[in-house]
Amino acid sequence: MIDQKHYNFAFLDENSKREIRRSLLKAVAIPGYQVPFGSRELPIGRGWGTGGIQITLSVIGKEDVLKVIDQGSDDSVNAVNIKKFVSACTGVEITTDSEAASIIQTRHRIPEIPLKKEQILVLQVPTPEPLRIVEPREAVTKKMHAEGEYSPMWLTLYEDLLRCGKIGISAEYPVLVENRYIMNPSPIPRYDTPKLNDSDCLYLFGAGREKKIYAIPPHTRVMPLEFDDIPFETENFTGKRCHLCGAEGVYLDELTDEETGAKYYECSDTGYCAKRREQGCRP
Amino acid sequence: MQTVKNNKKEKPILEVRGLTVRYGQGCDYCLNGQPLLKNSCPHCKTVWACNDVNLELYPGEILGVVGESGSGKSTMMKSIYFDFPVTEGSAYLQAYGAGKANMFAATAQQKKYIRNHMMGMVYQNPVLGLRMDYSAAGNIAEKLIAAGGRNFGSMTARASQLLEAVEILPGRMKEPPKNFSGGMQQRVQISKALANNPQVLLLDEVTTGLDLSVQAKVLDLIRRIRQEFGVSILLVSHDLAVIRMLADRTVVMLEGKIIERGLTDQILDDPQHPYTQQLVHSLL
Repeated sequence: MIDQKHYNFAFLDENSKREIRRSLLKAVAIPGYQVPFGSRELPIGRGWGTGGIQITLSVIGKEDVLKVIDQGSDDSVNAVNIKKFVSACTGVEITTDSEAASIIQTRHRIPEIPLKKEQILVLQVPTPEPLRIVEPREAVTKKMHAEGEYSPMWLTLYEDLLRCGKIGISAEYPVLVENRYIMNPSPIPRYDTPKLNDSDCLYLFGAGREKKIYAIPPHTRVMPLEFDDIPFETENFTGKRCHLCGAEGVYLDELTDEETGAKYYECSDTGYCAKRREQGCRP
Repeated sequence: MQTVKNNKKEKPILEVRGLTVRYGQGCDYCLNGQPLLKNSCPHCKTVWACNDVNLELYPGEILGVVGESGSGKSTMMKSIYFDFPVTEGSAYLQAYGAGKANMFAATAQQKKYIRNHMMGMVYQNPVLGLRMDYSAAGNIAEKLIAAGGRNFGSMTARASQLLEAVEILPGRMKEPPKNFSGGMQQRVQISKALANNPQVLLLDEVTTGLDLSVQAKVLDLIRRIRQEFGVSILLVSHDLAVIRMLADRTVVMLEGKIIERGLTDQILDDPQHPYTQQLVHSLL
């Protein structure tokens, strides 16, 4: 842990943390609404998870247990660096076990196991505005949210279906929160989108570069945008299993054997896969 | 054969009272109703784009609005469609508040509802009314989505039906309007405007810029949709031939004001106002 004489606990000064917490409270009070906040400078480049880190640093306490994952992996460069940084400035315990963690900071994935009510999932968000793909002007998207004018977003989905026969959005699939705000669930795959609905845990979303925070409190209704006659579909892994732990019905990464060229699959959530193997699960 | 629908016993489907659109603050001179030679005040230069416009549109009627460029025709039309804010005046739509509520005083949500459910607009420039990069069917679906449509199959079927009604082959419904000719773009606009079975259709110079044969097609189409859909039409044009062919009644605008009104034949064959006389004689 770094010298507490020169750095405050959790790096940010107390006033900064207080301001971020106030924004978080507002975000929890209005699920799916993007709350602006004064994004601070950090020893990490913008776009590398600064929004998520600021939320984590603002809510973390000495008793917390932290897990950081990047695209499901505990060991990617981004995840390891964030873990090192938070650990250095707080001294909290670090884990790879999703069940043991009280705060999980993540990018691109939600852990496989259902999260519990005392857990907080912090998601890093590159582009918080879901309407950006249909409207480039911030002032206009704000007005669209205020008036609930989401026709252009629906029209984009309609066009995809008409021209391609299916909706082409794979990650960042827009969701409607409590039948009010359309929200960007961060670049999680479609597979993870249903996990946001009626969840026991608290989801916090931070975009450092765009200076926005939003949240999904526990047991909030979060529904992907879908037409009445075209149900929302997630990625399908039927008939595929992890080559390390044999897991089926989980989100799998597709890999290619460089020598044989054969395709094989392994769990995207590495912590989940390692725990299964510890329990003796084999392919 | 033209049909006249201005029976006094019948209630108008759209009634506009004292519609004024002003650009500028105004001064003691122009705000107190002093006569303006042009549509701008000689003292404060405030522009009175529409000045105390009153009109009624009856069920099933086509009401023509003629006048030179800059006379306030399009401003009036776009104000009724809530594209432009209105300075003063009121408008009553039979379907909104039983014709007793001023739709200019409606909330933003109510205006959105009126636009999407009760009115359809066809702009002179298709770029204003269509998304050129989206498909023709998508353009129609946009209107259905805005009115709450969330069923892909039924929206696509409705788009196909409307495109067929304006003689665009269903095989081209996936093509974007930017690939279409000017006449086809106007026809896509008309089908989009009709998507939610509106009571009132606002047509702003729909034939301007089209060649004569395409103009004739669009005019035939307008006549046909009036009969098929039973819609009332407010038709703005500076082309008196178009007005003569379609409109039951006509109003003439000059410098933001209505200067003459009556049956179309009466206006075109026996104009009373010197400007209307000049307009009719210069073109016929």
